[in-house]
Amino acid sequence: MAGYSCTVGAQLYRFSDLKTLLAKATPARSGDRLAGLSADSEEERVAAQMALADAPLRSFLNEALVPYESDEVTRLIVDSHDEAALAPVAQLTVGEFRDWLLDYATDTATLFALAPGITPEMAAAVSKIMRIQDMVLVAGKCRVTASFRNTLGLEERLSTRLQPNHPTDDPKGIAASILDGLMYGCGDAVIGINPATDNVDQAVRLMSMLDEIIQTYNIPIQSCVLTHVTNTMQAIERGAPVDLVFQSVAGTETANTSFGINLDVLVEANQAARGLDRGTVGHNVMYFETGQGSALSANSHHGVDQQTCEARAYGVARAFSPLLVNSVVGFIGPEYLDGREIIRAGIEDHFCGKLLGLPMGGDICYTNHADANQDDMDTLLTLLGTAGCNFIMGVPGADDVMLNYQSTSFHDALYLRQLLGLKPAPEFETWLAQAGIVENGTRLSNVAPGHPLLSLVQR
Amino acid sequence: MTKPPAIKEGTVRVQPDSWNTLRRFTPARIGLGRAGGSIPTSELLNFQLAHARARDAVHHSFDIAAFTEKLRAKEIDCLALSSAAGDRQAFIQRPDQGRILDDESTSLLQERECVQPWDVVFVIADGLSAMAVERHALPILEMTRVHLAREDWRIAPCCVVRQGRVAIGDEIGALLQAQLSVVLIGERPGLSSPDSLGAYLTWNPLPGRSNAERNCVSNIRPEGLSYAAAAFKLLHLMRQARARKLSGIELKEDAPLPAPEELRKLFPKENQG
Repeated sequence: MAGYSCTVGAQLYRFSDLKTLLAKATPARSGDRLAGLSADSEEERVAAQMALADAPLRSFLNEALVPYESDEVTRLIVDSHDEAALAPVAQLTVGEFRDWLLDYATDTATLFALAPGITPEMAAAVSKIMRIQDMVLVAGKCRVTASFRNTLGLEERLSTRLQPNHPTDDPKGIAASILDGLMYGCGDAVIGINPATDNVDQAVRLMSMLDEIIQTYNIPIQSCVLTHVTNTMQAIERGAPVDLVFQSVAGTETANTSFGINLDVLVEANQAARGLDRGTVGHNVMYFETGQGSALSANSHHGVDQQTCEARAYGVARAFSPLLVNSVVGFIGPEYLDGREIIRAGIEDHFCGKLLGLPMGGDICYTNHADANQDDMDTLLTLLGTAGCNFIMGVPGADDVMLNYQSTSFHDALYLRQLLGLKPAPEFETWLAQAGIVENGTRLSNVAPGHPLLSLVQR
Repeated sequence: MTKPPAIKEGTVRVQPDSWNTLRRFTPARIGLGRAGGSIPTSELLNFQLAHARARDAVHHSFDIAAFTEKLRAKEIDCLALSSAAGDRQAFIQRPDQGRILDDESTSLLQERECVQPWDVVFVIADGLSAMAVERHALPILEMTRVHLAREDWRIAPCCVVRQGRVAIGDEIGALLQAQLSVVLIGERPGLSSPDSLGAYLTWNPLPGRSNAERNCVSNIRPEGLSYAAAAFKLLHLMRQARARKLSGIELKEDAPLPAPEELRKLFPKENQG
C-alpha cells in the first residue's frame, strides 16, 4: 500500500494507511490522545487534513478501516452501499466533496438522494476538514423525517424527548416530571425513561404506566423505556405495550459485543416491535443512542479515531430506519471530550448523522467531572438549533437525578423555540393548543388552575 | 407605531407553576416557574450552587487511612491499595491508569499466599466520589457480610483502593483468585447527589472483562436506593452468580423487593455501620 503523504514546507509527513490518516487529521480530542492515535503536533494534524482533502472519496470503498472479514459493521456498510446514489460525487476528492456540499446548487433534495451513497467513513472524513459553520450550514440543508404517532424532523420544527427519570423509578415521581414536561410543551419526540432498576418486570411496569398516560390524555406521542434490547424483547413477549425499542450502539462489532448486542438481535427486535403495529402515522420503531468514545472504552476501536467510530455507529443505526438517533455527546466524560471538544463533537455527530440520512437529535450534556458548564451547553444548543437538529432532551431543570448528569431543560427547549421560531411536531402542536398549554406554537400560555392534565399525578 | 405594554415598576414578572407542590414526589427540578419561557433568577443560582458542590465533590480526595482504620475497628481484614493514577487529575484524564494497580499494590497482592480460592472479594474504590464511599460503603459491606458469613462464603480481605475505577476489581480478583468480585465505588456526582454509591459484580474477575459481563446495583444512598434494599439486591445477584457461575446480561436482577418490615428483619439497624 502506497499510503498517504503531504509536504508542508521542508517537512514530509507520511501516513501509512487510511485509518491513520483519519486519526491524525481528526480535530484534537482527549479520547484520541488516550488511545495514542492523535497527531503528534498541530502541524502534523493540518498536514494530515491536507492529505485527506486530496484523497479520493472512493478510497473509502476500496480500503476498509476495520477488516471486512472480522467485523459485521464493516460488512453492513460495504454490502448496503448504494453505488448509484454516490454517482454525483463519485469522482471527487474529500476536499472537493466539502466544496460540493457547500455549493448553492446542493439543496435538500440533492442531499436526500445522496445519503445512501455516502458511507460513514466518507461523512467522518469530510467533517474533519469542515469548520463548525460548514457543518451547521450543510446539516441545515438536510431534512430527515421519521414518524410513529407524530412526524418528527419537519422544517422549522424542534422536538424534545421528555426524560422523566427518577432515582428509584417512583411512579408518582416520574408522573410529576412528565406533567412538568408536558406543561412546558415538551415530549413530542418520545417520553423516554431510563429505569433505575434494570429488569424486565420493572420495564413492563413503566411501559404500562406510560401507555396509560398517553391513552388517557390522547397525546400524539410515543413512549420508550430505555432498557437493554433483550429486555424489551422479553417485554414484547409478555404482551407489554412497547412503542419504541431502545438500544445503545457503537461502530465496531467488538464494541457492540461489549454492549451485549449484534446486528441479528437488532433485526429481530425491529421486526418484533413493527409487528405490534402501534404507530398511527408511521412505523419507525427504533431509538438508538451513541456517543464518541464508546468504542475506545470497550477497547474496540481497532486504531480508528473516535469520531470515525461514531459515524460507523450511524451506519448501524441507518440499517433499521429509526425514529430517533441521538448522540449523548458529553455523557462519557472528560477523558474523551472536554467542554470545548463537546461543542465541536456535537456538531460533527449531528452533521454526519444527517448526511447519512438519519433523524438526528442531540443529548447536549456534560458530567460533573468534565471541565464544562451551562454556557458550553447553551452554545451547543444554539448551534444545533440553527443546524436543524430534530430533537433535544428535556430534563426538568437540566438535572437528571437518576443518571447524574446535566442535559437540556424544558426551559432550554422553549428558549430555542422562541429564539428561532421553531414549533413542536405538528400533531403535538395541535394537542398543545387544544389543551391550552401553548399559544402561537412557541409560547406558553398561563395554565388555569384545575387544568385536566394536573390530575395526571393524582391518579 | 404601537406603544409597548407598560411594565409596572416593582412588578415581579416570574410566572410560578401551580403544580410546584408535586416536588414532594421527586428530587427532580420540576415546577421551577419561568420568566417568559426562561429559568427564573433564583433557580438559575440554585443550579449554579449545586454544580459548584458537585465539582468540589469530584475533587475531594479519599482519606484511605481513616477508612481502613474504621474497617479494622470492625475487625474487617483489609488492604490499602492504589491504582496507577498518581493523582486526581491523572485519574480523571486517564481511566486506563485507574483500572490497574500500581506496582507496589500489585506486589502486595502477589505476595499473599493463596491456600484455596476465595468465594468473593470486596473492593472499595473512591471512583468519582470519595464522599459516597466514606459515607455508604461500610454499612453496605457489613449488612452483606452478615448474611454471607451464615452461608459459608469465604470472603477475601477487603481491598480499599485510592484513585480506582470499576475494572480494577478484575485485576484484584484475579490476583487474589476470587471467584467473584464486588466493587463498591463512588458514582459520578449528580447535581443533587454528590454521594451516590454503586456496586458492580463480576463473576470470575480477570483483566479484560467487559461491562456486559457485570451486574450493577446503582444509586445507593439514603435519598436513593436504601442500604437494606441495596444489600438485598446485591446478595440476590451474588447468590445467583455463584449458583449459575456467571454475571452480566444473562443474569437479570429480577428479585422482587420484600415488604419494608421484611427488609428490616433481614437487615436490622444494628448491622448498619
